Amino acid sequence: MDPVVLFFILGVIARLARSDLRLPEALYEALSIYLLLAIGIKGGVELAQQPIGAVLPQAMAAMTLGAAIPFLLFPVLFKLGKLPRADSAAIAAHYGSVSVVTFAVASSFLLKNDITSESYMPLLVALMEAPGLVAGILLARIGGARRISWGPLTHEVLFGKSVLLLLGGLAIGAIAGPQGIKPIEPLFIGLFKGVLALFLLEMGLVAGGRLPDLKRAGAFLVVFGLAAPLVLGTLGAFVGHLIGLSLGGTALLATLAASASYIAAPTAMRIAVPEANPALSIGVSLGVTFPFNITIGIPLYLELARWIGG
Amino acid sequence: MQTHARKLLVIIAEAALEKGLIHDARAFGAHGYTLYDVRGGGDRGDREASWEADRSIEMKVICDAAVAERLASHVLATYAPNYAVTLFVTDVGIFRPQKF
Repeated sequence: MDPVVLFFILGVIARLARSDLRLPEALYEALSIYLLLAIGIKGGVELAQQPIGAVLPQAMAAMTLGAAIPFLLFPVLFKLGKLPRADSAAIAAHYGSVSVVTFAVASSFLLKNDITSESYMPLLVALMEAPGLVAGILLARIGGARRISWGPLTHEVLFGKSVLLLLGGLAIGAIAGPQGIKPIEPLFIGLFKGVLALFLLEMGLVAGGRLPDLKRAGAFLVVFGLAAPLVLGTLGAFVGHLIGLSLGGTALLATLAASASYIAAPTAMRIAVPEANPALSIGVSLGVTFPFNITIGIPLYLELARWIGG
Repeated sequence: MQTHARKLLVIIAEAALEKGLIHDARAFGAHGYTLYDVRGGGDRGDREASWEADRSIEMKVICDAAVAERLASHVLATYAPNYAVTLFVTDVGIFRPQKF
């Protein structure tokens, strides 16, 4: 098992054992800023070496996939799970958006197995953040009387730290190029895996803390949190294969489709769909799907990509 | 030293409301505010400030009684039904009446 995943498990154990271990909030913030920038910069450097127009079909496909996911999940949550409309839509939006850390773990897993992927994958991560959120908000508001104030919401999503830093990192990497990036390479490329490990320790503490929410959420959501990534991962792998991604790229797109956001989505949903109970959406995305993806899901999506491609 | 009577309105809420609360405080006539990051727990579970969606803030506004009343009513009506919100008001004595 990848050592970064072991850090995550250590965090969960510490939390469940009621250890006093707690990472300062400022460190969490610093680590997440670092990870977003580092993923962006690495992608940007490689993106600079190819024409940007060539990526357009893949970018459109990834965004469509992100927007389609909430429409697939909403009926399952609303009709089958009998959850209120707002909660169904908010949970669906979390899965429509993507988890950058899950992407980082998947990238590190591919690297460990000497599998390359398309250099523009970080760009797809940034592009896939928003469409799922918009779809989720629309689902929450269909038939509702409450008007949505799109202005503050658009600002929150586009200039929220995850999209801003990913796109900012991509731009910095692309403008500076391989030579320009050399002086900052030891920090942003060399230390990446170590920082990811530390970040996952904190994520383990956070995810472990979400487990009590699951008792309230009930068995349906736990099953949903395990089944949704499998179905969405398969869908993502098929889309990746259809748009001609490599083995690594297909596995990453499957991972992105299967992942649920926990940075951009909770904030956006609190603003746009305040009547949704955040304990449900965060409990299932962070307490079930995130741990599932980084331990079992990612190796599975790689096998899936192999099977579909082969 | 002479003091002047004002109200201190304290609002403890999810960090997602920060921008809205600042805007509202200004719009309802408060001259200023102070914000802290805080941790705590209540009916809606514990909020430990360990990551983005888990943060809480405490906002202090010193203002006259009418502003405190309007702002508190607005916060209770707009945010309290769906967000973790605690608020209370207390009497304070201030030294510079033109500032509040």
